[in-house]
Amino acid sequence: MKNLLELMGIEADRIHFSWISSAESTKFVKVVNEITAKVKALGPNQRFVKQAAKVA
Amino acid sequence: MSTYTEKIREISQRLLKECKVEMVIGFRQGTLPMMNEPCIVRKPEEVERLVWDSNCGINLANYLTNRKEKIGVVAKGCDSRNIVTHILENKIKREQLVIIGVPCQGMIDKRKIAAGVQGEILSVAEADGEVTVQTAAGAQTFKKAEVLQQNCSVCTHRNPVIHDEMVAEPVAEQTGVDPYADVAAIEAMSAEERWKFFEELLAPCIRCYACRNACPLCYCPTCFVDESKPQWVGKGQDPIDVRTFHFLRAYHCAGRCTDCGACERACPVGINMRLLTKKLNKDCLALYGWEAGLAEDKRPALDTYKANDPENFIH
Ligand code: SF4
Ligand code: SF4
Ligand code: SF4
Repeated sequence: MKNLLELMGIEADRIHFSWISSAESTKFVKVVNEITAKVKALGPNQRFVKQAAKVA
Repeated sequence: MSTYTEKIREISQRLLKECKVEMVIGFRQGTLPMMNEPCIVRKPEEVERLVWDSNCGINLANYLTNRKEKIGVVAKGCDSRNIVTHILENKIKREQLVIIGVPCQGMIDKRKIAAGVQGEILSVAEADGEVTVQTAAGAQTFKKAEVLQQNCSVCTHRNPVIHDEMVAEPVAEQTGVDPYADVAAIEAMSAEERWKFFEELLAPCIRCYACRNACPLCYCPTCFVDESKPQWVGKGQDPIDVRTFHFLRAYHCAGRCTDCGACERACPVGINMRLLTKKLNKDCLALYGWEAGLAEDKRPALDTYKANDPENFIH
């Protein structure tokens, strides 16, 4: 799924998968921090965003 | 090719006479050139309707879904792989089927022919690897190899993988072709180029769903695009909705698609949506050594777990 999104032009660092047990609190914090940093580095997503209809 | 037609008629007639099957699903001449249609024959005296040539690109596995009868079905390489997939997914039972295998020599791309001639095509005939097209202006001849559907030109499973009858000796499989060169070319682009590429590719899509309906894999009673409670995806021409449809349709075919080309063939505006399913085929082969529909006794890639499955996409 990640590969197909990437083929369509979504940046590799924008999609992340992880497997964290409910007991692994430290891993959860670490992964969330890493992902936040990577996505921030890319900046706001412009692709695969549906623009809301403009109301005058 | 005409010997194929005779053989298909002969086998069908025998199966129907001996009551081995209640119906035979094959092809009949279409009302327009290069547009052969699926055809169901139930009586031995009706087998004259069945034909075979290089315009039988529709995938007949699509007409087997959930049927209860005993059926004879004409199957080229790709159809037979989709029949295997149907059997694995409990959409038909092997015991219900008598598979009439057709060693395939590739199907003609009607768009390539139309692009090569002027005016309306009146008739198309083939012989000895050449295709002759009649228009009001006269006759024009093409080499068949040059007007094949793109998927057929790189097909490496032309012979049926399962069959009960064969209409001819197996054909030599193509070697030295790279089915995935076009996907690799897209992979080599930057993310921005890839986004643009698909924006242009999918721009003409009118959401007619012919690609979905032609595909034997798409048999859900209600497709996600047709659902309204909840509505998973917008139903209009918004480019993001169109892309969502194509992305998810392809993903639903992951590990199941045989690259038969029926979807692309059915598209009224000529979109090559196979690029998406093919990416998944390519990855399934690289990651799991899996190609769909090659064996009745192997579970599909996304249906099994192995301790050594690649997991480098998981943090
Ligand atoms: S994909 Fe292969 S088996 Fe199917 S029609 Fe084309 S050449 Fe024949
Ligand atoms: S997605 Fe297209 S190429 Fe793949 S099995 Fe379905 S119709 Fe055939
Ligand atoms: S057949 Fe073509 S136009 Fe119709 S939904 Fe599929 S891609 Fe779009």
